[in-house]
Amino acid sequence: MTMTGSTARVPVAKTYKIYIDGKFPRTESGRFFTLEDKDGNVLANICRGSRKDFRNAVVAARKAFPGWSAASAYLRGQILYRIAEMLEGRKEQFVAELHLQGQSKRRAQKEVDAAIDRLIYYAGWSDKYQQVFSAVNPVSSSHFNFSVLEPTGVVSVLSPDDSGLLGLVSNIAPVIVGGNTCVVLASTKMPLCAVSFAEVLHASDVPAGVVNILTGYREELTGQFATHMDVNAIIVCDDDAQVAKDVQYQAADNIKRVIQRSDTDWSKEAAQNPYLIKDTQETKTTWHPIGS
Amino acid sequence: MSTDPNKLAFNDGWQYAPAPESTDHVKIDDQYELFIGGEFVAPEEGRYFESINPATEETLSSVALASSADVDRAVKAARKAYNGAWSKMKAADRAKYIYRIARILQERAREFSVIESLDGGKPIRESRDIDVPLAAAHFFYYAGWADKLEYAFPGRKPEPLGVAGQIIPWNFPLLMAAWKIAPALACGNTVVLKPAETTPLTALKLAEVIRDAGLPPGVVNIVTGAGETGAAIVNHEDVDKIAFTGSTEVGRLIQRSIAGTGKKYTLELGGKAANIIFADAAIDQAVEGIVNGIFFNQGHVCCAGSRLIVQESVADEVVRKLKDRMETLIIGDPLDKNTDIGAINSAAQLETIESYLRLGQEEGAEMHQSSCAVPERGYWCRPTIFTGVSQSNRIVQEEIFGPVLAIQTFRTLEEGLTKANNTPYGLSGGVWTDKGAKIFKMTQGLRAGVIWANTFNKFDPTSPFGGYKESGVGREGGLHGLGAYLRLEE
Amino acid sequence: MTLAAVPSTRQLPDLGRVALVDEVGVKERAARFQTRSIKKESKIEALKMILSMIDLTTLEGMDTPGKVQQLCQKAIHLHDAMPDLPHVAAVCVYPTMVGVAKKALGTHDIKVASVATAFPSGMAPRQIKLEETRIAVEDGADEIDMVISRGAFLQGEYAFVFDEIAAIKEACGAAHLKVILETGELGTLDRVRRASVLAMHAGADFIKTSTGKIQPAATLPVTLVMLQAIRDFYYETGRMIGMKPAGGISTAKLAVHYLVMLRETLGNAWMTPEWYRFGASSLANDVLMQLQKQATGIYQSPDYFSKD
Repeated sequence: MTMTGSTARVPVAKTYKIYIDGKFPRTESGRFFTLEDKDGNVLANICRGSRKDFRNAVVAARKAFPGWSAASAYLRGQILYRIAEMLEGRKEQFVAELHLQGQSKRRAQKEVDAAIDRLIYYAGWSDKYQQVFSAVNPVSSSHFNFSVLEPTGVVSVLSPDDSGLLGLVSNIAPVIVGGNTCVVLASTKMPLCAVSFAEVLHASDVPAGVVNILTGYREELTGQFATHMDVNAIIVCDDDAQVAKDVQYQAADNIKRVIQRSDTDWSKEAAQNPYLIKDTQETKTTWHPIGS
Repeated sequence: MSTDPNKLAFNDGWQYAPAPESTDHVKIDDQYELFIGGEFVAPEEGRYFESINPATEETLSSVALASSADVDRAVKAARKAYNGAWSKMKAADRAKYIYRIARILQERAREFSVIESLDGGKPIRESRDIDVPLAAAHFFYYAGWADKLEYAFPGRKPEPLGVAGQIIPWNFPLLMAAWKIAPALACGNTVVLKPAETTPLTALKLAEVIRDAGLPPGVVNIVTGAGETGAAIVNHEDVDKIAFTGSTEVGRLIQRSIAGTGKKYTLELGGKAANIIFADAAIDQAVEGIVNGIFFNQGHVCCAGSRLIVQESVADEVVRKLKDRMETLIIGDPLDKNTDIGAINSAAQLETIESYLRLGQEEGAEMHQSSCAVPERGYWCRPTIFTGVSQSNRIVQEEIFGPVLAIQTFRTLEEGLTKANNTPYGLSGGVWTDKGAKIFKMTQGLRAGVIWANTFNKFDPTSPFGGYKESGVGREGGLHGLGAYLRLEE
Repeated sequence: MTLAAVPSTRQLPDLGRVALVDEVGVKERAARFQTRSIKKESKIEALKMILSMIDLTTLEGMDTPGKVQQLCQKAIHLHDAMPDLPHVAAVCVYPTMVGVAKKALGTHDIKVASVATAFPSGMAPRQIKLEETRIAVEDGADEIDMVISRGAFLQGEYAFVFDEIAAIKEACGAAHLKVILETGELGTLDRVRRASVLAMHAGADFIKTSTGKIQPAATLPVTLVMLQAIRDFYYETGRMIGMKPAGGISTAKLAVHYLVMLRETLGNAWMTPEWYRFGASSLANDVLMQLQKQATGIYQSPDYFSKD
């Protein structure tokens, strides 16, 4: 306590919770881990998410899926654009959080700008990827035959551990613009922006349950993300080959689609393209006679 | 036609009180200049023309008349912007500017809707619920393509063309401006656009939006005027591409004018679409589709379903229900929220329509109109149907561009198809049947660029639009609308 | 208002020839009615018309004579603070409450409608349904709201459903018959159209959308399909049939849209309580609040309107 008579304002520290079904609960396990900066100062107590949190999140994602997948492509694009608007408006907070977690201010600024632009990029695909990837097939019988893409369903995402924001956004955007809902595990090393990003989603007309964000230890939760029978696809961003192998093995129980994204520099333009949307889409082909 | 017993009565009893849209928040200047090089500038010859409200015949504003010198200035500004800021800009940044236009249009939507209705005569319900939202949606859609063009053209490296000269009609003024400007900009071109002389105002307000959105000066230029201004754009040497929506007659002139110049062009011209109703259609919804197809927007629609071809066994039922439905259509002040059918766009257009009404009767057809009241001042035409006509009637062959429907019958699918295709036009068509296979057989056989099955007059920025034969060449909207604005040769 | 019972055509119509319905087209047409802007004197006229068309309803397992008496009191005294209000068309209760309602309404010109035929499920032997109808009529019911046998209808046993309606119609005697289709259980608009045609030919004086006990109850699209069936029946036979959407209409705004739809589909002859009813309970108070707002220009609070 200083005796200089300082009247500096006492700041209010933020509690970092998780995001499930459009709400911000604490982990039902009550556990936490401490996030420290490079000097050992406590930045925050982060929720150590449990398998029950994951279970609840999958229930929420499944419940949200029919409505979100039935929303028009135009509406989904509008919402993604809105997320970009909201993130742009709160840039400083995200730069500060990345800086606290060890990044230089300049790099943090570039990363946040890139995350916003990535959202705009995928917003623009919402009503176009169908045109690029669908087909009318010239079958030889008198049938009208067409193939369209459909979202696969609930997607679990192990986002890159070494990216505080851009990796997270780069994996969420293509999943949801395609009509899927998701449960996302944030980086354990740099979890702060993921929670703040949940707040941005919440302010952007994203329906409850479309995106659910958990924090916690990867070793504890990867198995859950990979084995849950009501998850249709898993995206694993992990450069460790053993982790990727285990996930693929465990995901086989319900033939989950496994999408591996390792060794990716998310800051490069090559890291954004419509094939990331296609990764979580199914193809449906319909036949109908042509005749009177 | 038999007299129907058991008639329904629509005209007495409970009426709807006037429900005027408020206009006090809307700003229309007394005078508008040309929008060239990012600013509003006076026309070189200092001439202006008036834009009037066709519902009241009152003057709304005085608008600059662009001479060829003004068109030259505009093309120069477009070229400068193309060579400078616009072509050097990252595609993703181009996209952001176009997104801004979309966003600002959404923010100012109500103001635009009111001005559109005042200037052109269409009901506020149409401009508010359809024209303005669709215009914003077109900017949103094409903004998203700007940095993704290589995915639309496998094996090609798409490049912009340069300066696009665009001429648009008076039936959907703001929407047509969006249809033209959005893809042109997304593909990296710059624009010189001329709105129709009877409906310049929303294009000029759009110029304000473009300026407020911070687009580099000269990327979009708006020059107002009539036929001569349009010709100056078409014939200008430094315009790389012409996009025109309007009558087939003018489209022909344009194609001749630019013959041999190497200019790329798309033409979206007239139509005389057949709306074909089979006996196994959902009849009540088909009747609604007829009404939608020919009476809304006062029939000022190039793809209007202006010929009804109905299977003979259900013809009486369809006509009876159509007449009842016509009785519930309200014609009146475009700014009244209950108005279904607004004013005819101009005195000239009304005269054209009325001459066809006279012609139809002279040709021996039976004319029926709804009995609604029409205001005293302004240009109005009641919804009209003609029966007792066939393919050889001029009112069946020629585009009237008003709320006038010619009704014929058919017996077999082949006959329906033949009648539908027996026209130099080929813009659109409608098919009404509950049987899926029949829909696909009809769409396979109809020679038209847009076919609506069990619906009509549906538009979406993702859906390509354009005609066969004399209804024009090229497509607007969707992925297919991009190619017209790009160089795709190896 | 006279409620003369008209004999039915008594012949099962050829249901294979019933009009097909396109759901998307119906929904678009219904949505257009909702963009009509009804203001000023036409709004006041509409609001009063709505009041006069309400069947004030209580159909709870826990209804008691006290509850029904309160309902009747509200029917008679909608809002005494406002003069020149029309009265509601009817009260609608369970058969065991008909006597109570009749007594409570006294000589006021408000009808007593009774549900019958094992409302809401309709799952009872015919004999029971007929007896229940007769009892209700004997106790003084002016109108009977019956339910069709949905299970039989969905199985295609149209003759069974037809005969049942015809039999109940006979048991009604002089009482008016409303036939509830329970559109929320029929699944498609095609079936709603078919059920409407069947009911009208079997002797219905009114066709009604719902029991109000399941979701969805009345909707604009479903009601539009039924109005179009009524219109075609009128074209064919010259006979007018009444329409009653029930359940889910709790705001004056929505009720006004229903009136717009009625006016533009059937025209003026149907715009009276003789041919159109709203099955509702809380609608009345919202209409009263809107009337008061029209009169004073001030938005109202529910605290100022009696809830019985």
